[in-house]
Amino acid sequence: MKRKSVLKQVTGAVISASLIFGAQAIKAEDVNVGFVYVGPIGDHGWTYRHDEGRKAVEEALGVKTSFVESVAEGADAERVIRTLATNGNNLIFTTSFGYMNPTLKVAKQFPNVKFEHATGYKRADNVSTYSARFYEGRAILGTIAGHMSKNGVVGYIASFPIPEVVRGINAFTIAMRKVNPEAIIKVVWVNSWYDPGKEGDAAKALIDQGADIITQHTDSPAPLQVAEQRGVYAFGQASDMSAFAPKAQLTAIIDDWNPYYIARVKAAMEGNWASTDTWDGLKEGMVAMAPYGDVVPADVRAAADSVKASIIDGSFHPFQGPVNNQAGENVVKTGDVLDDGALLGMDWYVEGVQGQLPN
Amino acid sequence: MNEIIIAAVLTIITAATPLLYAALGEMITEKSGILNLGVEGMILLGAVCGFATVHFTGSGTLAVFAGLLAGMALSSVFAVLTLWFQASQVASGLALTIFGIGLSALLGKDLVGIAYEGLPKLFILGITDIPLIGPLLFSHDILVYGSFVLPLAVAWFLKYSRAGLILRAVGDSHDAAHAIGFSVLRIRLMAILFGGAMSGLAGAYLSLAYSPLWIENMSAGRGWIALALVVFATWRPGRVFLGAYLFGGITILQLHAQALGIGVPSQVMSMLPYLATIAVLVLISRDRNKIKLNAPACIGKPFHPTS
Repeated sequence: MKRKSVLKQVTGAVISASLIFGAQAIKAEDVNVGFVYVGPIGDHGWTYRHDEGRKAVEEALGVKTSFVESVAEGADAERVIRTLATNGNNLIFTTSFGYMNPTLKVAKQFPNVKFEHATGYKRADNVSTYSARFYEGRAILGTIAGHMSKNGVVGYIASFPIPEVVRGINAFTIAMRKVNPEAIIKVVWVNSWYDPGKEGDAAKALIDQGADIITQHTDSPAPLQVAEQRGVYAFGQASDMSAFAPKAQLTAIIDDWNPYYIARVKAAMEGNWASTDTWDGLKEGMVAMAPYGDVVPADVRAAADSVKASIIDGSFHPFQGPVNNQAGENVVKTGDVLDDGALLGMDWYVEGVQGQLPN
Repeated sequence: MNEIIIAAVLTIITAATPLLYAALGEMITEKSGILNLGVEGMILLGAVCGFATVHFTGSGTLAVFAGLLAGMALSSVFAVLTLWFQASQVASGLALTIFGIGLSALLGKDLVGIAYEGLPKLFILGITDIPLIGPLLFSHDILVYGSFVLPLAVAWFLKYSRAGLILRAVGDSHDAAHAIGFSVLRIRLMAILFGGAMSGLAGAYLSLAYSPLWIENMSAGRGWIALALVVFATWRPGRVFLGAYLFGGITILQLHAQALGIGVPSQVMSMLPYLATIAVLVLISRDRNKIKLNAPACIGKPFHPTS
């Protein structure tokens, strides 16, 4: 995986080297934007959506972009980010949580280069962070699942026990149990973001144990395909995956980075880029929903639409009290809402999630 | 409960099948004295070519052959490099993996996002309806049936056939085999091509049956697991079979255990297949003399007929 990125880097270097790098006077033709991806652009999930954003930037603003895909998190990432900075990219997006420290480190050495790190929490004068409130989308999925699950058992394929994933599980569960208070979630951790075979196996195991809806926080469409074969329902992840499950997909959460990327690159071109922290959701369009599947009846669509509308207008929050933890103790009182700090550090399950949270 | 067990075993079979093909192919290659670390690359090329074939022709049979040929074609590159140009086997094998990953991604660019319903299951009239045995053993696609037969065929080949004896001789002492008139290079070429073909089938199984789609790097390290299985199984087909099923079995069972809500940390669960497979294979194969007997003595050493 790493070696392939070298090839891409060389190509990127050739492209960038042919342009003259001007640090201060930035015109459209002088802005070079670099992207670092954790997976292959053909994953049809997380990285694929970031690359769509990169293409949108090229199309909208006519700037040069380059990218390096399948970059392992850790030491290798630092080398790749530094190469992109050395090659004259003046705005660099690093699109995975594990790139946080490498990004900060390289940013210190290149004060004139601007960096944007996705899903992290460390910033600097030339490092912004950005992420999406995917849990808002999960609340919509949970609402639909509450209506559509016949036996009240939903299988959740999870990647790693980090707050981002736990938050998604909890938001889904709370929304689902608002509709069907008896419904439960079975969680299977596959300890990978991306392993189509294992994700599919996890889906099979969950279905064999009675789940009639599958949802996932991993990146490949394999679980949807299993759901389609077994005649149960599923939700797409990161992009519309209905091609793999025309009957099974009820809807999908779509990551839409395009407007954000365009806005940030534009700011850099106009000279008013500043380090910020962005956490946008349904309202800003960073989280979007795919069209409903044909099997979703009108009343369920209406219920999902109303949850979506109330999240957007601010009258409802997915983590609005009362919220009970797994042991049934009340942790958020009626009328209270969990603040962003509590959301960002979430390391506990809500009531209705089966199994123990690994930590 | 019975149904859950049958369902779990069926999933175990599908998880073990790709490992079995790749590992048995690699075992034959290694038995001839050649270490090919390019398994992962050959699997991916087999996967993408298989999927492309079924997409453009609609024929699952052709797709299986395409996967086989793709693996073989890539392994022939390795054969030319190591046998005729005397390149380092380790370096060439690693290069083959990297090349395979990149090439498959390039070839598969337009195949991402396309669905296929999977290889047809071949039911055998009358037999498939037998309770328990029917659904477990006789409700599979062609590649799973093949994986039932392959370990037996490979074991028989190595133990009882003349060709198998020659193959082992070449792997144990290429100089001696050369001296009594066997063409070491030709035999090794065949062994490498067989290994490539089996890796190609493993890939075809991944993209045509296991999760019938194409996405980059979909093998997710199974080639390396197959390589490890060969070593831990001390080059014996029966133990490769055992190892592949043990690994696949524990992988699936730990998923079921998690779904049941058993309170073991999932990280430990994910480690289990690796730990258990290594532990079992090391334990049953701890006789040093037997390992020596089965390990190809010339593995990794270059050979040139004129030197």
